[in-house]
Amino acid sequence: MTTVDFDPGAAAARATDAILHDTLHGTERGVVVDSPPGAGKSTLVVRAALELAAAGRPLMVVAQTNAQVDDLVLRLAEKNPELPVGRLHSSDADAYDKALDGLPQVRTSAKAGELSGLPVVLSTAAKWAHVKADEPWRHAIVDEAYQMRSDSLLAVAGLFERALFVGDPGQLDPFAIVGSEQWAGLSYDPSASAVTTLLAHNPELPQHRLPVSWRLPASAAPLVSDAFYPYTPFRSGTDHGDRRLTFAVPSDGSGPDRVIDEAAESGWGLLELPARHTPRTDPEAVRAVASVVRRLLDRGGAAVSERAPDRPAPLTADRVAVGTAHRDQAAAVRTALADLGVADVTVDTANRLQGREYDVTVVLHPLSGRPDATAFHLETGRLCVLASRHRHACIVVCRAGVTDLLDDYPSTEPVRLGTLVKFPDGWDAMLTTYLHLLEHRVSWRP
Amino acid sequence: MSLISTLARLEAVDSGLAQPAATVRHRHLSDRPLVFVPLTTAGETGAPLGALVGTDRDAPRLLVVPQPRDRDLRFAFLADLADAVLPHIDAYAASVEAAERTETDPETGKRVKVEAELCADAPQLIVPSRSGLDFVRLLGRSMRFRRTAEQDPDAPYPAPPRVPLLGRWLTHYGERARVPGSSLLLALTDVLSRQWATGQSGLEDQHLGALLAWIDPPRGTTGAEAARRAELARDAAGQLLCPPAGPATDPAFDNKLLAPAIERYDRARTALAAAEDPLEADDRLAALTAAERDVRDLVESRTRPTWDAVWQGLDLLRALPAGAHVEGRWTRDRWSFTGHRDRVLSGEPPQPRRDDAVTAANKLATREREQARLEAQEALDDPLVMAERRLAGEAFAGEVTDVVPAYTEGRRPSPRPLVTVRTADRPHLAERAKVYRSLNGRPQSAEFVGYEDDGVLVLRILDKMGRGKEPEPGSVPARGDRVCCTLFEHEQRGGAKLPDPEETPWTHGGPPGERAPEAPDTVTEEDVL
Repeated sequence: MTTVDFDPGAAAARATDAILHDTLHGTERGVVVDSPPGAGKSTLVVRAALELAAAGRPLMVVAQTNAQVDDLVLRLAEKNPELPVGRLHSSDADAYDKALDGLPQVRTSAKAGELSGLPVVLSTAAKWAHVKADEPWRHAIVDEAYQMRSDSLLAVAGLFERALFVGDPGQLDPFAIVGSEQWAGLSYDPSASAVTTLLAHNPELPQHRLPVSWRLPASAAPLVSDAFYPYTPFRSGTDHGDRRLTFAVPSDGSGPDRVIDEAAESGWGLLELPARHTPRTDPEAVRAVASVVRRLLDRGGAAVSERAPDRPAPLTADRVAVGTAHRDQAAAVRTALADLGVADVTVDTANRLQGREYDVTVVLHPLSGRPDATAFHLETGRLCVLASRHRHACIVVCRAGVTDLLDDYPSTEPVRLGTLVKFPDGWDAMLTTYLHLLEHRVSWRP
Repeated sequence: MSLISTLARLEAVDSGLAQPAATVRHRHLSDRPLVFVPLTTAGETGAPLGALVGTDRDAPRLLVVPQPRDRDLRFAFLADLADAVLPHIDAYAASVEAAERTETDPETGKRVKVEAELCADAPQLIVPSRSGLDFVRLLGRSMRFRRTAEQDPDAPYPAPPRVPLLGRWLTHYGERARVPGSSLLLALTDVLSRQWATGQSGLEDQHLGALLAWIDPPRGTTGAEAARRAELARDAAGQLLCPPAGPATDPAFDNKLLAPAIERYDRARTALAAAEDPLEADDRLAALTAAERDVRDLVESRTRPTWDAVWQGLDLLRALPAGAHVEGRWTRDRWSFTGHRDRVLSGEPPQPRRDDAVTAANKLATREREQARLEAQEALDDPLVMAERRLAGEAFAGEVTDVVPAYTEGRRPSPRPLVTVRTADRPHLAERAKVYRSLNGRPQSAEFVGYEDDGVLVLRILDKMGRGKEPEPGSVPARGDRVCCTLFEHEQRGGAKLPDPEETPWTHGGPPGERAPEAPDTVTEEDVL
């Protein structure tokens, strides 16, 4: 990729200006913004919130989880300590981050009435659904709108007149724990994403796209863009050479060390274990993940990025994360890490890693050791989340044989009348990423 | 598939016999279920071929459509089906008891209790397999918009009276069957495979004969052999010894036996119509009756084995004690039945073809809530199901090794005792995770404090200890007690109230507008053969 004619900062600024113009001065009731991983979605939300508040329009912000709401409150407070902000929370214990109590301009309450009159009120979609308002808010910002279910938007849409919907279409789709085929094809299928329903009923709404990923390095953006966003490509905000990962301790020649060096060099590494059908919590693969993490931390890693080109930041435990497909796999990796004496490394499933950012991620491949490839494991969004959390390098641990498995299990999800077929499908995305990973393969027999 | 059900299936393969997957029965079984064994015609969706229906295992009522493509004969079949099913429903609808229901007061918007009628019991409908459920829905859909001559004197092809009503009831039953844990309409294969794990795949379990063979094989054979025989064995004429439970029939039966018989019937009918004098007509009528009887015998020969298998399955299920929460879930089914009865009585139109946005969202929310409720209740009712959850790290059982009194800080301290539990399970407990145990049927919550040692964890009990400074006796486990705690909640919170359909927001297409009564399906050329 060449960046000679491309000024990422200017392109991103143009997109942001257009979005804010449509939001503040547009005539449509809604604006939709698609944001690839790490494209400054939160920054955009905070900026739009501040400008709407400055324009004197009462604003409600709808996010999907309490952690996301708290994060937005903290970012708002950081940008504008003068702005009074309301944090509507549930009546459970520990309903919100205690850090908010230290901010004098943030008022927290479980009752919407006590927060009325504040320029900005933030809460989760689940909590907003219980709010009854006599007069609707002039404006709303719906964050992570692609992860919000249509029925959840139905419950809150009566609260606002106009809204800015922001989200990442490539991440995990919302899901229902019971079958919902009955409504497939209806424009308001309650299990579809909020944006799907919104656009089905309001196709004229302006849609924008953030064109630059600031998180993903130049080595990762082309692959993630090709594999998961083939029709809405994006670029990385940094060039090759802007980011470097180096290790003080040289490789000891073991599999984990060799794959770490490969990933430090190229941004990707595949540690391939011998082919085998295993239970979900494959002990060998779990141990391999843990040893890669252990070596990452032991070898004195240093990350240089465009933020501080002269000051390498040490690669510490809080800058490394492990991603898995299932919760029991995450639990097994945590145990294995504890056995190796590693603490403070985030280990979680794709669902919970959405929206987070690390320097290096170690991923247990969703298809590793599986005899079959189910729709769950092939879901595009799951792999996209796992492959797009890193600023420097991503190391994937997997049993050999994924390409054969994909050949044996072509995707067979039924196509239903009236539903929008999503491209690429998970099968295709799996193959694209895996073929790329094979170029950075280190075979290892533990 | 969970680890424990994989193990049960492996043991079934190993022993040749189905293994219990539950220790209690998790679905309600009526004393007088209405069993319905339908057959459909290959090649035409929703063209019934015949059915056995009834509540008496020794005397099912046989209904047959000798020429399934003839609309008049199909209407006659549906009218007969209505005669068989509706009196059964009416009998239950008539017997009510007083109950209370929470409603939103339209003036104050508060939730208030109002007195209501609740049917004392509800009629239960049993079909052999999951495709039977779909067929019930299809029949409901094909009937509920029909107009009778009474409703619409100008209708070109009026439906017999009560047929649209049967369609509405079957639609209601078909929709209710989508609610997890409901028992108004059950597919027997689903219930049996909930209770037993066989050595075959879930798809193969949908074959009622093979499933029963695994659970209750004939003397002297293993389940695996009997299941194989049920699936594949054919007689000298190439017909399956154990006909599929339907509604689809075996192609060999269709081609070799059914098609020729229907053709004979057609010829006899054409001949009768062409008869020129009464004497000839008499003879030809006798031939037609014989041809019709042949089709009836064929349909009976393919439904009767399934009918008997359904009752055999019901016997097996009745031998199991019902789970503690089954009754409560059945009460919800009774409410559902009563609600539909009231809608029919108050003259509401049939269920619309498609749900509106609000109804769809409400249905999905209800079903998700019922799914979570079902999973929790099955685990609480059944140690084998709980074992599955424990293996998955979602629950743990252990012995209380220590109890230390502790209190909240503040002016009026409340008890928050610390309980140490030793367990061999490996629950996925996050920091300060909430856990729940059943205290006399009500959930008591506690908070995970930390691990004291490997397999020894400390909990802080949070509630259900009374109002005093000291916990009420029996409300805190004592040293040496066995406790079983779950990481999932036992009861489900109600979701948020959605807007009324008239207030559907702009994001979902706005209000659906005045609901016009739905027109019956337009008549196509195929309808007028």
